Amino acid sequence: MSRYELVAGLETHVELATKTKIFCGCSTEFGGEPNTHCCPVCIGLPGTLPVLNRKVVEYAVRAGLVTHCEIAGVSKMDRKNYVYPDLPKAYQISQYDMPLCKNGYIDLSNGRRIRILRIHIEEDAGKLVHSRGNTYVDYNRGGVPLIEIVTEPDFRSPEEAREYLERLQFLMRYIGVSDCRMEEGSMRCDVNISVRPAGSEALGTRAEIKNMNSLSFITKAIAYEYDRQCDLLDSGEEVVQETRRYIESDGTTEGMRGKEDAQDYRYFPEPDLVTIRISKEDVEKIRASLPEDPDARAKRWQESFGISEADSAQLLRYRRVADYFDEAAKGLKNAKAAASCILGQMFRRMETEADKEKFETRVSAENLHALLQLLDEGKVRMNLVKSTLEKMLDSGKPASDFLSAQDLEGVSPEELDRLCTQAVEQNPKAVADYLAGKEKAVKSLVGFVMKSTRGRADAQKAEALLIDKIKAQA
Amino acid sequence: MQSFSIISKIHEGLSQKAYSCKELTQSYLDAIAKENGALNAYTLPTPEKALESARKVDEKLARGETLRPLEGIPLTLKANISTKGIVTDCCSKILSGYTPVYDATVWSILESQNAVLLGKCNMDEFAMGSSCETGCHGPAHNPHDETKVAGGSSGGAASAVAGGVAPYALGSDTGGSIRQPASFCGIVGLKPTYGAVSRYGLIAYASSFDQIGPLALCAEDAARIFDVLAQKDPRDSTSTGKKESALEALKKPLSGRIVGLVPEYFAGLQPDVEKALEEAKRVFESLGCTCKTVSIPEIRYALPVYYILACAEASSNLGRYDGIRYGYKTAHYTGINEMISKTRSEGFGKEVQRRILLGTYVLSAGYYDAYYKKAQLLRRKIQRAFAKAFTQCDFLLAPTVPMTAFPEGFTAQDAVQTYQTDICTVPVNIAGLPAVSVPCGFDADGMPVGMQLIGGSFQEAVLLNAAHQYELAARSQSFRSAGKGVEL
Repeated sequence: MSRYELVAGLETHVELATKTKIFCGCSTEFGGEPNTHCCPVCIGLPGTLPVLNRKVVEYAVRAGLVTHCEIAGVSKMDRKNYVYPDLPKAYQISQYDMPLCKNGYIDLSNGRRIRILRIHIEEDAGKLVHSRGNTYVDYNRGGVPLIEIVTEPDFRSPEEAREYLERLQFLMRYIGVSDCRMEEGSMRCDVNISVRPAGSEALGTRAEIKNMNSLSFITKAIAYEYDRQCDLLDSGEEVVQETRRYIESDGTTEGMRGKEDAQDYRYFPEPDLVTIRISKEDVEKIRASLPEDPDARAKRWQESFGISEADSAQLLRYRRVADYFDEAAKGLKNAKAAASCILGQMFRRMETEADKEKFETRVSAENLHALLQLLDEGKVRMNLVKSTLEKMLDSGKPASDFLSAQDLEGVSPEELDRLCTQAVEQNPKAVADYLAGKEKAVKSLVGFVMKSTRGRADAQKAEALLIDKIKAQA
Repeated sequence: MQSFSIISKIHEGLSQKAYSCKELTQSYLDAIAKENGALNAYTLPTPEKALESARKVDEKLARGETLRPLEGIPLTLKANISTKGIVTDCCSKILSGYTPVYDATVWSILESQNAVLLGKCNMDEFAMGSSCETGCHGPAHNPHDETKVAGGSSGGAASAVAGGVAPYALGSDTGGSIRQPASFCGIVGLKPTYGAVSRYGLIAYASSFDQIGPLALCAEDAARIFDVLAQKDPRDSTSTGKKESALEALKKPLSGRIVGLVPEYFAGLQPDVEKALEEAKRVFESLGCTCKTVSIPEIRYALPVYYILACAEASSNLGRYDGIRYGYKTAHYTGINEMISKTRSEGFGKEVQRRILLGTYVLSAGYYDAYYKKAQLLRRKIQRAFAKAFTQCDFLLAPTVPMTAFPEGFTAQDAVQTYQTDICTVPVNIAGLPAVSVPCGFDADGMPVGMQLIGGSFQEAVLLNAAHQYELAARSQSFRSAGKGVEL
């Protein structure tokens, strides 16, 4: 056990997935030719005024509710003044002393609770693009809505920070307020880190590492910074309060600017916008529109459907998948089959996590339900379900297009008996192998029966019957 | 009804085809060509734009269609009101050549009515000033005496209207910038309630104070213009529109109205101004009003509150002028930081730099509580004090400025002394209230004196009614044409 305890807090910027920007009607879509998602308002032309997008407030309240925050009845926007070419008004419209949400938390799997100090809304800045020795500005991202989620310094290990961020990412996606794609910058993190002698309650001097956009960088940076600070203290030196940057190439951090160079943002209330008032009724309306609590949903699946913990976590990972599953599984005796269709066959067709998140499939939940209904009724077997589902996924047509009346009738005991006899008669080698102790040889006989019935037969029953017949023959 | 309205006169002239809109417009353009050298009211005449609108109006008349209230009426806009495709430079070098790509809401409203834009007019740089001398196009002159200032910051607007080279103008009023030049030039200037008229497209000086309003030859014209402009604008979250039509309320008799006299407004007046106000008070009494003393001691905080808050907002609003996207950019620099600081040092005039520095200071860490925060608290106190005053009277009567127009060069001598001349106008901006400056006489040199009628929130109709009734009773002693420009 180390002599020092890590104390870290996170400030996470999450881009909200509203269709339009926070103060104008421009598209928030990522990418696009530079400066094409812009208008006089979001490039701050003289005389323009911001108008707050109601959806942004609604999304931020959703984020607040899912992280157990109190929602402020009265809130306001403030100006944060600083000069940088990517900020065309020379101030960012943000929230200073009256954030929309405060005092929430996220619980970790080790039982520790990470307290959320506040969540506020603000506008993103544009982006500098360096090319051929020149610097250009792209204002497409300027005015894209962000929430900043600030925790108390409650993290004691890099792993806790990682779990918190993964949980946050999951929750934001689940309630549909952000795609949280770190590689596209729609989720970015600043970390405050200090260390203190184990057992001490006082906070040490902290360093802040700015603007990290990968979970592994964040955990590495925290681990590196912890070691660096411990080493400093061990060698009798002091930690300096400063802003540091993470160096991706070697996993270290370096100082950017000290405390004395800290910017004075000269915050003051934004005079171009009015006070934000959110009534208790509005909050309740938003709360009612939230999807079922993810933990409760997983528990429900596990208890009433018998889905494993691992599978329910997979299904919950993306909101569309979870909703699709609930719709397809509703009323089925064998809801597990729906889970296995989704996590198996359907996910196999989706290469990336982004594909799974979008979950674009040609089979409607209703059609999957109808197919699995047949399974419930004993009219088809799982292997026929699988082959039919493949055809449905290819064509988008319902199961009824691929299953004949004969398919749906199943295989009668007489027919199965006849086919098994036939299999034994026509495959003497397999029979001999089986009798010689190669138990697996029976599988080829089962395959023969399945093939002759185009998958309609119950493979387990067929296997048992075949073994009986082989033994009777011997 | 007796009318002093040049707007209704032109409306009638056009409708009855006494002259075409083209003829009317041309006569104003000719007058501008003739008089503007002496007045410097216009910084950018827009004859092509004007004649284009005039042609549309004449076509409409030829089709026998009726004209809307401000259709075909020429006007000028202050150089801080954005007009698509027409340079809007706030009379600042830093915005030299800046051509907006969109229209201010007020101009969209007027242009949709085929109002005839004669040009953009002179102002103090970024509307900071009381004399229209700080702009990059030189001072505007007072038509009543060209050695005197037109007032500021909407000095070009006041000079143009008083000088007969525009029937009316739109200006902006942050601490008196419509009322003070209206008073100095002997015309009517209305500063509407904060939020009554959209600020969208008005290049900001101090956002929580700025308000667009008309400068006109009489109260009736101000009412006609106000009624058209006062609309809720979805692009301006702080806009609320108006309560009632000001034009319809003009005819109401004033008998029984209680006029509040606030002693704090009457301290340190130039004797001629005091005399004119005394006379105005008698006119209101003759109209059946009762005058009553209503003290608002909080007014003594008004100047520091105004200069702290307005400069704080200005320091932030003007941060965007960095030479990167539009406007002036310094010629020689190494690196972005030097480019921005040189651009700003060269592009902003002295008064603007003074206010940016002052505003930056009061918002700085360690000073915020002592200045900005305290001023905000006092602002609320002043707002409450006015609200209380209006429980005791219908409107207030006060001087607009403690003196008549200064000689040119006066304001450059002492900034603080100049700021003090705003004492009568700034309280209204702090409280967000409407006020109208109305000519009420002359000093010994024949320079106009203005009185100010101040009302409760959205009481423009009450104020313009009182102003109109006053004009009916006293126009001959209170108003005098400068005898220039277009005679209709």
